[in-house]
Amino acid sequence: MKIPLSWLRDFIDISESPEQLREVFDDLGLVVEGVEYTGQDIDAVLVAKVLEIHPIEGADRIRRVVIEAGEGPLEIVCGAMNFVEGNHVPFAPVGAVLPGDFAIAKRVMKGITSNGMLCSARELRLNEDHGGLYVLDELITPVIGQPLVEALGITPDVIFDISVEGNRPDAWSVEGVARDLAARLGRPIKSPVLATTNGPSTGEVARASITAPNECGRLTVSIIENIVVKPSPTWIQQRLSGAGMRPISNVVDASNYVMLELGQPNHPYDASKVAGKTLGVRHAVPGESIKTLDGVVRELARPGRGLGDSGVDVVIVDGDDTILGLAGVMGGDDSGVSDSTTEVLFEAAFFDPMTIARSSKRHGLRSEASARFERGVDPELALRATARFVEILKQSCPEIIWRSEPIDVRGQLPRVPEISLSAFDIERSLGVSIPLDEATRLLTAIQFSVKLDGEGLLVSPATARLDVREGAAGRADVIEEIARLYSYQRLPRRVPTWAEPGGLSKTQRLRRQLRDVVVDFGAAEAWTPTLGSDADFELLDSGERVRITNPLASEESVLRNTLVTGLARAWARNVERGTGDLILSELGNVFIHPKVAKAPRATKGGVAGSVTLELPEERERLAVLLGREEDDARTAVAFAVGIFNRLGVANVVLRTPEQTPNGFHPTRVAEAIDRQSGSVLGFVGEVSPMLLAALEAPEGRRVGYVDLDFEALADESRATRQATEAKIPSKFPSALLDLAFVAPDSVHADDIRSALQLASDEVEAVSLFDVYRGTSLGEGVRSLAYSVRLTPRDSTFSDTQIAKIRELLVDSARHLGAELRAQ
Amino acid sequence: MSDSSPLANLDSQRDELIRQINEISDFAVLREQEPLLVGKRSLLTTLQRTLGQIAENERKEAGALLQGARRLVEDRFNERFAELEMVERAAKLEADRLDLGDVVVSAVRVPVTVGHPNLVASTQRELEDVFVGMGFSVADGPEVESDWYNFEALNIPPAHPARGMWDTFYVDLGEPETVVLRTHTSPTQIHLMEAAVKLGDPRVHAVMPGRCFRRDTPDARHLAAFHQIEGLVVDRGITFADLAGVIETFTRAYFGPTISSRLRPAFFPFTEPSAEFEITCTICQGDGCRTCSQTGWIELGGCGMLDPAVLEAVGIDGSEWSGFAFGFGIDRCAQMRHQIADMRALIENDARFLRQFS
Repeated sequence: MKIPLSWLRDFIDISESPEQLREVFDDLGLVVEGVEYTGQDIDAVLVAKVLEIHPIEGADRIRRVVIEAGEGPLEIVCGAMNFVEGNHVPFAPVGAVLPGDFAIAKRVMKGITSNGMLCSARELRLNEDHGGLYVLDELITPVIGQPLVEALGITPDVIFDISVEGNRPDAWSVEGVARDLAARLGRPIKSPVLATTNGPSTGEVARASITAPNECGRLTVSIIENIVVKPSPTWIQQRLSGAGMRPISNVVDASNYVMLELGQPNHPYDASKVAGKTLGVRHAVPGESIKTLDGVVRELARPGRGLGDSGVDVVIVDGDDTILGLAGVMGGDDSGVSDSTTEVLFEAAFFDPMTIARSSKRHGLRSEASARFERGVDPELALRATARFVEILKQSCPEIIWRSEPIDVRGQLPRVPEISLSAFDIERSLGVSIPLDEATRLLTAIQFSVKLDGEGLLVSPATARLDVREGAAGRADVIEEIARLYSYQRLPRRVPTWAEPGGLSKTQRLRRQLRDVVVDFGAAEAWTPTLGSDADFELLDSGERVRITNPLASEESVLRNTLVTGLARAWARNVERGTGDLILSELGNVFIHPKVAKAPRATKGGVAGSVTLELPEERERLAVLLGREEDDARTAVAFAVGIFNRLGVANVVLRTPEQTPNGFHPTRVAEAIDRQSGSVLGFVGEVSPMLLAALEAPEGRRVGYVDLDFEALADESRATRQATEAKIPSKFPSALLDLAFVAPDSVHADDIRSALQLASDEVEAVSLFDVYRGTSLGEGVRSLAYSVRLTPRDSTFSDTQIAKIRELLVDSARHLGAELRAQ
Repeated sequence: MSDSSPLANLDSQRDELIRQINEISDFAVLREQEPLLVGKRSLLTTLQRTLGQIAENERKEAGALLQGARRLVEDRFNERFAELEMVERAAKLEADRLDLGDVVVSAVRVPVTVGHPNLVASTQRELEDVFVGMGFSVADGPEVESDWYNFEALNIPPAHPARGMWDTFYVDLGEPETVVLRTHTSPTQIHLMEAAVKLGDPRVHAVMPGRCFRRDTPDARHLAAFHQIEGLVVDRGITFADLAGVIETFTRAYFGPTISSRLRPAFFPFTEPSAEFEITCTICQGDGCRTCSQTGWIELGGCGMLDPAVLEAVGIDGSEWSGFAFGFGIDRCAQMRHQIADMRALIENDARFLRQFS
């Protein structure tokens, strides 16, 4: 909210500089988002009279204007069209520098010399109006040549743009901000001048009723007669402009003035348009609608889609039960004040915050009023605000009459809590002892009522503080108020300690290790979007989708169930940029729809957590995309094997999967299976050529891909680790045997390796070093050559020992169907 | 229709074309023959041109007959085309087959490439390490949450205006607005406290990093997905002073000894008293500059004492236990340290960007 300093000064004496005030506001939690200086740099602007207006040949957007500003007629070229000869307007002579460092100089347009500039209100930073010149005749009695600041009574002002927190409805007003400031500075706060009534009605008496007492806690209605609708005095206009509202007419301005100053939203009706001068508040019923001031027709009382929204709308009706407005949100089209209005029915009310919040959300309609009501307006403010409205209106219409029967009807008002508070409570929360008399002083300064109660206090919040709750929660609210006014910066600091050591879990350490390994092996770690498109899913045909109900864009409307699309796309973009020679990796969650998930997550949700919801399964995966020129399924295998070795996952075999995993090349893929547990730890191979083609990656380029299941890797019953016991290498010399077998394609090379490994205790290591296919071997078989390292335990090998082991090795391979290859 | 009509043999001509199509078993041949079978040079197209010779009263019927034959031939052609295309693709894939079990790993030669950790991940790690050093453990939580964990247990009831403080992505599961992409890491607090209560010891000293989502159009300062780290302490005798002390210790440890912190009042539904915490502007070291709007301070995150309503929601006795929570952006810390002018670079994954970080 924008608060002019001059307005604050109505309430409190201020000697601090704007910079000092900013710090005080910040420390009070009234965060200053900006400070603006207005009414500055316009001292050189004068009141000028328009003598003549002439068209300029060949130009229809500008005119030649002759003005008098006290030193003889001057020619000006001007683009505004909203004035006539005889009007008085602001004139910036040559040499003036307007706000925004805008220097006025002589200019020649269409052969005519312009000796200065005629100004709009916005050019002078007086308000936002830029529809034409700031015509002065209706505002003041103009004197030619008078400085404009003098003529309008403008004093330079400072505007604080204060961000008001959700729990501070009271601070959404000039008075509320002043009250906080006064409490902090220890100064008294002054009351605004309030009008008094002028005796009872002579004509028709206003009436009011509430038939929705839970939603409307209070409805006050007043009749104000003898009104002449016209512009407000300049100072009121300036204040509204300073606070960011556009001046409209004296009645509307006074209504806005009161809302800004005291925080009471209100509505002035043209009394002649309200049947029976009667206002009522009732529930809307299904089938009813209203055309609000913004011209939109809104269907009322229809349950919204929002959680916990039963569709309650409350409306203001007149004596004929015609709907005049959506209560607390926006008025209707027909009953507002117009230029011919002479009598106003003034409404100020209190509405239940939740009701207004739901209505406002359901109709997608937020107004200054609804924003205030949904946070909670002081239920005791209505009549005071009415008196202030009359007083402000009197500034332009001293002759108005406020009839003495402001009607005041009550529904259900929120209970004012009474909260017990001890010195111990304060110290227990803040870690410092603040004496109760100090706490009392701070709280009473913001109009909380405080009573002594034995050793402690009984505190009731100001009526404007609907945010303060009952019981323990309310105690916390009150303690926050004490701390806030005392200043958070004066509170002590202490570093707590506890016995338990900090640290990472085993899984978290593994996650770090995995990331490190992948980076060590050359990957640049990416972050690709969690949200993808339907088209992404269709590229892979990957099953049930978890959708976002309210996506920002269709490209971000589905939760990913694979990392491959995002990584492949990121890679393809890099290729386009000529930076595609790289490895990309990502460790992140993919989401499986609960309908198809093996383990959907059941959790409580809905109002009060009363419903059991099935949430998507979240699986953490590590994906590595190998996109260098040399990369293919083979380098992917080497990469994956490297990862397993580094993690101590000792015994993994790569087998052809029955089904092609999503995003992989159908004939160049393997699943990585832990030999001991039989668990699938992930997949390795190449990215599907179809996916690459769809992403417009270069044709024919092979891209290696590794996709590992992090949870499986972290689970030692699935990803079996190397024995923890350290083996001391034998001191005796090893023997190396190279054995080549001819094996049918159906026999897995690693199964043979594993069999060789287990053939004898003396086998220290076995590794495949060559695979050969050739016509000499025949169809459907290949030669697999292994290097076997034999190491004796207790003594040096003899030749017969080695020969014996060799026989065992050959036998074990033969069991699998592999024959020793003839030399 | 008379025997002299150009369409006299239409049925057998049609069958002959279909037979020819069926006989082709090679995709390339089929493509090659396409113009002759169904294209401009096909028999049926030629016949189309002869329709003009047919008497006007018979022309319409003849045209329909021809059209029917044509459709049959074309349908068969298209079917065959799809069949053979699939066979061709399968053959190509088959020719490409590589048994990965036969890969000789020791023979795979690849160039050495220098890798780079992701900036966000390494920032998160550094932050975790600071807190681990202060005695915190680290906890993870899911990214999809129910409204109860994301909002209600945190004292933000349904339809409460405070829910509007978070621009929420709703997930299309369950009743409307019951499943969300978490808008903050705070639901993990609730999970932790629930778990602790279940174990009969409500004490928690943990930080919770993770990815969160807000329905916000990405711009230079915001991304729809971002990372947060949240801290939670529940113990006996925990006060606001402890909170302020932890924030200050962290600030100096992470940002350096010249940077300090200050708290100012703020509103969060799940803490009371609540505070926004600011740190000395890292650009101007507190002298005042454009980044900090001349104040010398920049906002980092929110914090406060656990609201009694939150303790109640998880079943912790607020008269015995108290606690505090704080949270701030991981990406924002990275942004501040590296002066990242446009946050969208973080999700672009441009190799030139990724390679800057170690």
